[in-house]
Amino acid sequence: MTLYIYYKLRNSKIEFTKYTTLKATTLFDKVWDAHVVEHVEGGPDIVYIDKHLIHEVTSPQAFSGLEARGLKVFRPERTIATPDHNVPTVNQHLPISDEQSRTQVETLKANCEKNKIEMYGLNHPNNGIVHVVGPEQGHTQPGMTMVCGDSHTSTHGAFGAVAFGIGTSEVEMVFATQCIMQSKPMKMRITVDGELSKGVSAKDLTLYVIAQLGTGGATGYFVEYAGSAVRSLTMEGRMTVCNMSIEMGARGGMIAPDETTFEYMKGRTHAPKGEAWEEKLAYWKTLKSDDGAEFDKEYSFKAEDIEPMITYGTNPGMGMGITQSIPAEADIPVSELPSIKQSLAYMDYQLGSQILGKKVDYVFLGSCTNGRIEDIRAFASLVKGHKKVDAITAWIVPGSKKVEKQAIEEGLVEVLEASGFELRQPGCSACLAMNEDKVPAGKYSVSTSNRNFEGRQGPGSRTLLASPLTAAAAAITGVVTDPRDFL
Amino acid sequence: MSVDKFTLLKTSCVPLPNENVDTDQIIPARFLKATSREGFGENLFRDWRFSSSGEPIKDFVLNQAEYSGKVLVAGKNFGSGSSREHAAWAIHDYGFKVVVSSFFADIFRNNALNNGVLPIQVSADFLSSLFNAIEKDNAQKVIVDLEKQELTYNNESCSFEINPYKKDCLLNGFDDIDYLINKKEKIQDFEK
Ligand code: SF4
Repeated sequence: MTLYIYYKLRNSKIEFTKYTTLKATTLFDKVWDAHVVEHVEGGPDIVYIDKHLIHEVTSPQAFSGLEARGLKVFRPERTIATPDHNVPTVNQHLPISDEQSRTQVETLKANCEKNKIEMYGLNHPNNGIVHVVGPEQGHTQPGMTMVCGDSHTSTHGAFGAVAFGIGTSEVEMVFATQCIMQSKPMKMRITVDGELSKGVSAKDLTLYVIAQLGTGGATGYFVEYAGSAVRSLTMEGRMTVCNMSIEMGARGGMIAPDETTFEYMKGRTHAPKGEAWEEKLAYWKTLKSDDGAEFDKEYSFKAEDIEPMITYGTNPGMGMGITQSIPAEADIPVSELPSIKQSLAYMDYQLGSQILGKKVDYVFLGSCTNGRIEDIRAFASLVKGHKKVDAITAWIVPGSKKVEKQAIEEGLVEVLEASGFELRQPGCSACLAMNEDKVPAGKYSVSTSNRNFEGRQGPGSRTLLASPLTAAAAAITGVVTDPRDFL
Repeated sequence: MSVDKFTLLKTSCVPLPNENVDTDQIIPARFLKATSREGFGENLFRDWRFSSSGEPIKDFVLNQAEYSGKVLVAGKNFGSGSSREHAAWAIHDYGFKVVVSSFFADIFRNNALNNGVLPIQVSADFLSSLFNAIEKDNAQKVIVDLEKQELTYNNESCSFEINPYKKDCLLNGFDDIDYLINKKEKIQDFEK
């Protein structure tokens, strides 16, 4: 039996409410339950949203819907906007040449002005990919509920927030009422214990887990990541892991906040300061799953079993260790064979074949999965002293203006340039290829982003998902290469 | 946006047995540049439906005249990937009222319901017999009775689950915002 004390600031005096519960609860329950405004009989929960992030692609129809109802944004101060999906990654000081993209970005600006929403527009020092900007500016905090019209909102779960992607109707819902209606998902815990080997990163860890569970393996669940391998990740690494939760179907992923989290947050622009910090900190430290808390499903893996990962098919679950071979026909369940064959036909790969040494045409370092400073450092560390292969087109795209600035200040840009790479300007870029950064049909791209769907990086493009180190190794050899050869 | 009321439906089906159909296939990102909700049906399954030069691809089911109807019958794990509601808009705009599959991705399921498109989850066995029936008779009719939560073809019937609140919304053409607006006071209380 455990005794919990929850407190709430009410009219600036602290009220203590004591609950004695017989049941140990999970981190997810603690955060979710604290935000339930009402449970609808036979229906979903009304969940209060602390922070709403928006961008240009999934918000315009929500704003116009709101207007059609004669409503205003209910809590504009809880909303942050940044254009990212549709922006060019060169010449951002010039007007966007693609007319539709320009209209979308301008529509976001007009909507934000009208509704008094803070926006980090193009060229603003805080601009960048929405999931890179939130944490970096201290908007993302433990214990919060956060949503965004983008499935990788799960990234923010790295801080112990309940964060998930929503559709545009739901964006409108949050505009109108700061609440969302969702049924409570089931809970899953994924524990990874041990130590990651040299050359194996958070990205490899997440690709490994997804390969084990499959693309639908966590559908209906909210995942908590635990275990010593997860604990020892940096905040950047934790964000990479939580980011990819959606790729196995999970509603979101989260990690209990700890010293690493608090260290990262301290002093960030929108993080609490002084006394407020101390108060919050005391609360944040309670945010973890209690001993004996029950999960609907549990998995555990050993960090030592993970090697640098790469995908060979057209969904993120089709991944394997880089030294392994694509499964042979005999190893695939009959029911799955048709879709795997179809996927391999698209990739022009054969069942049972090796992936090492396969030709690569494009390399993309960036996205909300791997566009943070640590990723650029990793990439630069491997290419240092080597040259980019001429035939390779490489896009190195920082996740935000802040990352860009830091890469310049740390001298990473010089390292990259000496090896034949240039740093572009921030945005989602080739992650979803809404701007000009498109991989042509039939070409192979080793990409640090999160999706290898057919045509994701441009119509007919073929994507191999991997870590920044593996991307770097491909860029200097022109073929799929084990990054450990260079360490 | 309030949605159309969902009424009893008797219609033929369009079969798409592919598994893990993600929302990037339903509507590729380059078509997400619009600022309104209309017109996405034109680009539904764009890259499976049209070649890069814009020619219809004959093998693809939406280009085969023998298949039509308001029900899309799809393979396992439909709607995974991106949260883009444009996928649900494209399906709705094209004229589908129902998607039947043995498994749906979460966000797609919500997006569909919020646009008056009913996702019906059936067992893997029921799904494969339905595919077989459609293969035998391209004009195979199905009946969707939301009130009774029943999907029927020939003499095969299966009941499906839907959250009672969502069912109510669909039958009456309400949406979540209508509901939430009435809760404003409660929400303000919660904020205190
Ligand atoms: S980088 Fe890719 S996954 Fe991340 S927000 Fe942008 S488009 Fe979505």
